[in-house]
Amino acid sequence: MYDVIVVGGGHAGCEASLACARKGHKTLLVTGNIKNIADMPCNPSIGGSAKGIVVREIDALGGEMGRNADKSLLQMKMLNVAKGPAVQALRAQADKITYPKNMLKTLREEKNLEIKESLVEDLIVEDKKAKGVVLEDGEKIFASSIILTTGTYLKADILVGSTRTREGPHGERPSNHLSDKLREYGFDIIRLKTGTPQRIDKNSIDFSKTKEEKGDSTAHTFSFDNEIYYDVDNQEPCHLIYTQPETHQIIRENLEKSSMYGGLSDIKGVGPRYCPSIEDKIVRFADKERHQLFLEPESLYYDDIYLQGFSTSMPRDVQEKMVHSLPGLEHAKILKYAYAIEYDAIDSKQLKQSLETKVLENLYTAGQINGTSGYEEAACQGLIAGINASLKLEGKEPLILKRNEAYIGVLIDDLVTKGIIDPYRLLTSRAEYRLLLRHDNADIRLREYGYQVGLVPQEKYDKFLLKKKKIEEVKELLRTTKITPLEETQKYLETIPTTTLKDGISLYEFLRRPEVTFKHIKHFLPLTIDREIEELITIDIKYEGYIEKANKEAAKMVDLDNKKIPSDINYDAIHNLASEAKQKLKKIMPTSIGQALRISGVNPADISLIMVYIKKEYHHES
Amino acid sequence: MKDTIAAISTALGVGAISIIRVSGEDAIEIVSKIWKGKNLKDVPTHTIHYGFIVSQDKTIDEVLLTVMKSPKTFTKEDIIEINSHGGIATTNRILELLLLHGCRLAEPGEFTKRAFLNGRIDLIEAEGVMDLISAKTEKSRNLAINQMTGQVSNLIHELRNQLVEVISNIEVNIDYPEYEDIEVVTIEKIQKTNQYLKAKIEEILKKSETGSLIKEGIKTVIVGKPNVGKSSLLNRLLEEEKAIVTDIAGTTRDIVEGDILLDGILLHMIDTAGIRKTRDQVESIGVKKSLEWIKKADLVLFVLNNEEEMTLEEEEILKQIGDKPTILIINKSDLLAKLKLPELTFPVVPISALKNEGIDELKEKIKELFHLEEIEQSDYTYLSSARSISLLKKCQNIVESIEEGIESQVPIDMLEIDLKNIWNLLGEIIGETYTEELVDEIFSRFCLGK
Repeated sequence: MYDVIVVGGGHAGCEASLACARKGHKTLLVTGNIKNIADMPCNPSIGGSAKGIVVREIDALGGEMGRNADKSLLQMKMLNVAKGPAVQALRAQADKITYPKNMLKTLREEKNLEIKESLVEDLIVEDKKAKGVVLEDGEKIFASSIILTTGTYLKADILVGSTRTREGPHGERPSNHLSDKLREYGFDIIRLKTGTPQRIDKNSIDFSKTKEEKGDSTAHTFSFDNEIYYDVDNQEPCHLIYTQPETHQIIRENLEKSSMYGGLSDIKGVGPRYCPSIEDKIVRFADKERHQLFLEPESLYYDDIYLQGFSTSMPRDVQEKMVHSLPGLEHAKILKYAYAIEYDAIDSKQLKQSLETKVLENLYTAGQINGTSGYEEAACQGLIAGINASLKLEGKEPLILKRNEAYIGVLIDDLVTKGIIDPYRLLTSRAEYRLLLRHDNADIRLREYGYQVGLVPQEKYDKFLLKKKKIEEVKELLRTTKITPLEETQKYLETIPTTTLKDGISLYEFLRRPEVTFKHIKHFLPLTIDREIEELITIDIKYEGYIEKANKEAAKMVDLDNKKIPSDINYDAIHNLASEAKQKLKKIMPTSIGQALRISGVNPADISLIMVYIKKEYHHES
Repeated sequence: MKDTIAAISTALGVGAISIIRVSGEDAIEIVSKIWKGKNLKDVPTHTIHYGFIVSQDKTIDEVLLTVMKSPKTFTKEDIIEINSHGGIATTNRILELLLLHGCRLAEPGEFTKRAFLNGRIDLIEAEGVMDLISAKTEKSRNLAINQMTGQVSNLIHELRNQLVEVISNIEVNIDYPEYEDIEVVTIEKIQKTNQYLKAKIEEILKKSETGSLIKEGIKTVIVGKPNVGKSSLLNRLLEEEKAIVTDIAGTTRDIVEGDILLDGILLHMIDTAGIRKTRDQVESIGVKKSLEWIKKADLVLFVLNNEEEMTLEEEEILKQIGDKPTILIINKSDLLAKLKLPELTFPVVPISALKNEGIDELKEKIKELFHLEEIEQSDYTYLSSARSISLLKKCQNIVESIEEGIESQVPIDMLEIDLKNIWNLLGEIIGETYTEELVDEIFSRFCLGK
């Protein structure tokens, strides 16, 4: 008998099992193959726009992904530096050998965590409650909570050309029955599809025909621990190439051989819009002459180069021709062919904000089973599912992050409120208040929560409190320190250059000038503070007006989110509610007016009707 | 459940035909009780029938009756429209009969409210219908109809389309920074878009201002000292248009008012005869009272007497009119001029109310002043509700803050947040939900992927 069983050892499963175990609960991680724990079956990268901020958020809450990525870097870059502070995010090339190895080590060291190699094919269910799992050999294991993080392994089919093979990535065994069982218990099962490009032998590529893309020359870390494990001066480069007219011609001529364009007639899975196959791109954007491709190193320990942008489900012989039409890859040796993969997922609208399912109590799901794609999206859900399964065992309220608090909040709210059609990827454009959800302030936003749920140790929390105090002290100092139109000062201002002073101004005001940076502040006020504190203060002061506006907007949303809808509300009893709205409300059962408003198909008139109804039916009693 | 409502849906007493509308579950049953003709329960939907409205075997009126059955009706309920031959008494009598047999008198706009609640129309259409109900002239009816058919919506859609192109491009730049072959949105491009928005929004707001004049009518006051010819001017204008002069109850002859139609634009005329009441005072023209009237008006017709010099009071009022649209009317222009005008920017029109001279010139001047001839029949592309206008004004404020932002080198990321706010506000005007729209846009426009 365990407290928690986590099914699946991917990025969601790792975070979920670590969270539960670290919170003192006896946890079992069941995985099909221990060697594939924390595997990166697709691109060798972690982070990216929005996703990089999620990794910071995971770290602030006490999760593992950020630290583990820091230990496994091949290259690190800060994206969007020129576009503004709210959209900056880290993107790393992570070593596909080191990353899983480091993660497995961390899991093994966790004293409340056991790992078992097996496949789960059924759940033990009583009275609409999940009580345990049934393994492929029939063994039953009981637990108070179950977290499913099965990734793409539910009825996984690998598609290449006109062949369909029932297997997971790397030829792993899929789970053939679990999704059918879930359907029997009342889940709506959807079918999704994704794909991965070829891996090319590094030694067969002529890199002189490519453009080198290097990492940043300053060191970065995902984790707020700020420990640098990589050699900044010795990072692995990526390389950029473009598709050729010949490539497009080969694809057009062989289009019907692609699984997606006729090679297979039984495809039900919906593929991701943000991640189309190369044949999709050529069909949908026919007038585009060329497409960008990146050659990304997978590991220091083997020679595979990941061909980003070339995902396809063409048969192997066509893939050979396609790859050889690319500059520098004329004689390339394909080590692994590209493939598409189809898999089962559940309808995420059947989840609560806590990631517990509405269908079965004590059952949580996280990661690709919920319809998302991406390592970071999976990991953050795993962490939240782990935290909330534990909190429930402890008799506490779940941790639900709001849309103005974290990208994680945006992601989960999107999943449970809007549902998904194609695999869901986080984008900055999905966040209404991205100015609040920055890379630099992830700890300010979330450290407190991490400490309260018990995943951030006292020592780190104290360090965080010190940082917060320091920020306030420096801001106060900037407010109270004035510079005046002394000749010496004016001369310095001319060197920046910035307009000279007429009257004295505070350094706080001075920093607002677009051309003034913290470096110039230090000319007047010798401060020794960390770069990250400098950055945060600079952003806070320079964009104070914008941040205030965002906070005001967010307050409106929070206000609506605080207007609760009783869980026993009977939508059938509300007259005049549009039938589409009624149907969706009944399925999603939003917990607040704010959430109800975010459901597509529920319009403001419906909301007024609901509010009137709640007032009439519930408030007179109190 | 819901009761059946009835109301007279055309203006009383004006047209040749009055329409009484009945909507609700019992509409057919109630009307049948006062109807002599085909059995309404058996007739097909959306058909017109000839017959009589009767009360205790006495014929009240000979009518045409339109039967529209749920759900394909304006309110999505059963609707019957009775086309009676008008006349206030007859129309009222029919309405009374309906109420007597179980209908409830509809509140103003209640049909529209039902249409809205039953999901028949969206918010902007509902507003358009409200306007249509209270529309007094042909032109304002056109405006209301245009709002319903979406001309205003189209215009807003066009603005949003321009915006979304830039926004989604910026979002792609942010979300896919490694894609170098996608156009990178520059500050210059944002500036261009912002200028376009600024011009368009200004144009719509300006037109909307005129639009609201068309809808509400132009409140016109005629001021001037006693016997200067105010009443005769008013009578000239009213006579011409054969409009109805009404005395406002309780004020006897204090204020005389009436509506005239000027090329389809409603002029709501008020003759401030009341200020003459200061008989005992030295001041023959009540400066204070006149100014109060002027404050409330959209247009001031200031009548002066050509035969007399300007009084101090007249000069005082002129000074204080400010930038309110004003026309100086020199009456008795056929007589010897003693009037010396100070240097003014107001247009001047000499008339002779007595001889009916200069009245056409005056009308032309009014049209000129309000750019009425600029408003083409087909160009009703402006907003007509206070809500929409205030939302658009919010957009205008944001456009200005973007301008300031560009000036102070705010990064693109923040400018885009403002652009997105405008996009959302415009969406609010046309009552669109926008949850997934932007993301869809991104993926349909750009080619991205692993």
